[in-house]
Amino acid sequence: MLKKEMVAMILAGGQGSRLGILTKRLAKPAVPFGGRYRIIDFALSNCSNSGIDTVGVLTQYKPLVLNSHIGIGSPWDLDRRDGGVYILPPYQEESGGNWYKGTADAIFQNSSFIDSYNPEYLLVLSGDHIYKMNYDNMLKYHKEKNADATIAVIDVPLEEASRFGIMNTNEDDTIYEFEEKPKNPKSTKASMGIYIFNWKLLRRFLKEDQNNKESSNDFGKNIIPKMLEQGMKMNAYSFKGYWKDVGTIESLWESNMDLLREDNELNMQDKNWRIYSENHVRPAQYIGPNAEVKNSLSVDGCEIYGEVDNSVLFSGVIIGKNSKIINSVIMPDTKIGDNVIINKVIVGSSVVVRRDCIIGDGKEVTVIGGSQDIKAGSIIARE
Amino acid sequence: MLKNCLGIINLDENEDKIRELTRNRPLASIPIAGRYRIIDFILSNLTNAGVESIGIFSKMQSRSLMDHLSNGRPWDLNRKIDGLRFFNFTTTDPCIDDITNFANNIEYLYKARQEYVIFASSYMICNIDFKNILKKHIESACDITMVYKKVEDADQSFYGCEALNIDEDGNVLSVGKNIGNRKNANVGMGIYIMKKELLIHIINECVSTGHHRKVKSYIYNSLDKLKVKSYEFKGYLACINSLKSYYKGSMELLDHKINKELFSLERPIYTKTNDEIPARYTNDCVVKNSIIGNGCLIEGTVENCIIFRRVKVSKGAMLKDCIILQNCIIGQNAKLYNIVTDKYVDIGEYKELRGDITIPLVVENSIRKQY
Repeated sequence: MLKKEMVAMILAGGQGSRLGILTKRLAKPAVPFGGRYRIIDFALSNCSNSGIDTVGVLTQYKPLVLNSHIGIGSPWDLDRRDGGVYILPPYQEESGGNWYKGTADAIFQNSSFIDSYNPEYLLVLSGDHIYKMNYDNMLKYHKEKNADATIAVIDVPLEEASRFGIMNTNEDDTIYEFEEKPKNPKSTKASMGIYIFNWKLLRRFLKEDQNNKESSNDFGKNIIPKMLEQGMKMNAYSFKGYWKDVGTIESLWESNMDLLREDNELNMQDKNWRIYSENHVRPAQYIGPNAEVKNSLSVDGCEIYGEVDNSVLFSGVIIGKNSKIINSVIMPDTKIGDNVIINKVIVGSSVVVRRDCIIGDGKEVTVIGGSQDIKAGSIIARE
Repeated sequence: MLKNCLGIINLDENEDKIRELTRNRPLASIPIAGRYRIIDFILSNLTNAGVESIGIFSKMQSRSLMDHLSNGRPWDLNRKIDGLRFFNFTTTDPCIDDITNFANNIEYLYKARQEYVIFASSYMICNIDFKNILKKHIESACDITMVYKKVEDADQSFYGCEALNIDEDGNVLSVGKNIGNRKNANVGMGIYIMKKELLIHIINECVSTGHHRKVKSYIYNSLDKLKVKSYEFKGYLACINSLKSYYKGSMELLDHKINKELFSLERPIYTKTNDEIPARYTNDCVVKNSIIGNGCLIEGTVENCIIFRRVKVSKGAMLKDCIILQNCIIGQNAKLYNIVTDKYVDIGEYKELRGDITIPLVVENSIRKQY
């Protein structure tokens, strides 16, 4: 294998249990987002746009949809002669095999994959965040500072800091302390779960961590604190821009709604940093003679015959006559019948909502799981 | 069965009546239906029937088409064996002489493993099941099967198309041209099914005798020697051979029934994909009875229009009965009625342009020059 300077590993094995029924049949990174993407498209596109051509995707929980989506990586320009994208599930060896016990264990079990490219640096990413970032800039910073590890951080409001892993830094951005969900946060620099390590050094820490029976084999809980403890040079790389962890129903809904704001920092229309995804060919969308579409997103394959207000429609969605879709997210291939009111709801993929239903109460986000058939006249809130 | 069939798409369409849209591209490459190009229909019809080997014969001016076809992947034609081949090295216009292009590339036909050939142009828009047609052709044991449609408004449409003269047994007696002097006509769809050996024979005969410069004219003049039967196609058909028919055919796509038949789920029409963002509708927009492509930003009023991808319709702009090709910008308060704009057209603020339903006005492409 040809040598690479940096290899990326995307952690995509989690269930994302807080997304409830939406992850019943697929892993969180495969959850649809933004009208025509899946959450993992952001990490994959960022890699490709940053010039990283060798990416391992660590899968575990229900990976069928994810595997099929990623394929050989062509949509993200990751179908390459040397390198490209690799799906890495847990596997058996002569000595047996283990499910990934934690994020650090997942990387450790794939050490030989990484070694085959003999990289200087390893980029560790999560597959469940919505953001655009040039990892090459972060690598430049890591090299400039001669760091052993660089952790990307983002400024969060002080009132929210207790929800995150907070990095406490010196004047020169070196990290002296790491506090997980601190009650009294000393700084507002939240860890984004994006790390660049010197690979040989990390490999050493991962191996030691394996010998510790008490360890959860987790980067945030075990590896990072251990590195700090042993006096490694760890730098905080400040990221400015839109970043959202869409791990809860509320945040997934909010992040989709954010796309409808004119001043949205994510800037999806920037042709110089496109987010790529698997492309399915459907006829261009059709807006009917009595339809009303306001402040919404819609894509190929959609047919809108009713009212759509402040909502995000995915491919193949049909909205029936006299129906009102408000503040909602309708995932691919869902068919909404006539006279239906949908208010502040995330409707999963391939759902059929028959006529005269009322779903959602406009207060908290209601979720309808994928592939359901909601019979005519149903009234549902929250689910 | 269709693995045993070679597809030959002969781009010999007469572009005289559609020059406004073919100055920089072949007719086969004209964007249609907000998302596709004319050639996508015949390509998809062939591949949906299981044809895995397709040769496209075209004249040289075809960068746009080559770019669209790339390696044939959207139609599953990027294969190790067979797949898509493009023959566009000829300087002769296939509308007048297609024998030269075929003769120069006759090796392709000799080497093809398939026994049968479906020989077609691109300008007949339909969703057709070739499996059934080939079956009937083989059963009838005839030399050539010509596909046609019974048309009842031939005085208003399909002008210039083949008009077949058929007897009660379905044999083709002669082929004329529809000049609009009759209401009823058997419009030939320019689709011929025959054995590959026969096509090679026709090409060799044309070259050696010099009697004909087109495969079609050989066939028209040999109806007494060859056994040529007809097959009636009963679905929706539009022929795109003039600006008028392009405009009319495009507007017909706003009809739900026609749209569903053409873009059926069982036999989908495939095209080159792109990575556009979703279309965005603002609070001020009013959109009725229109087809809108991905990447559009709609801030104004759009009625009965076909809008391709990445078009911006600014605030206060009003578009009625228009076809706006990709990447255009319609300025604030501009008003367009019965207008067709080519790609990358900028219409300035407050500009008013009016065409007529039978005489649409075309605004041609000139990279980012403002009108």
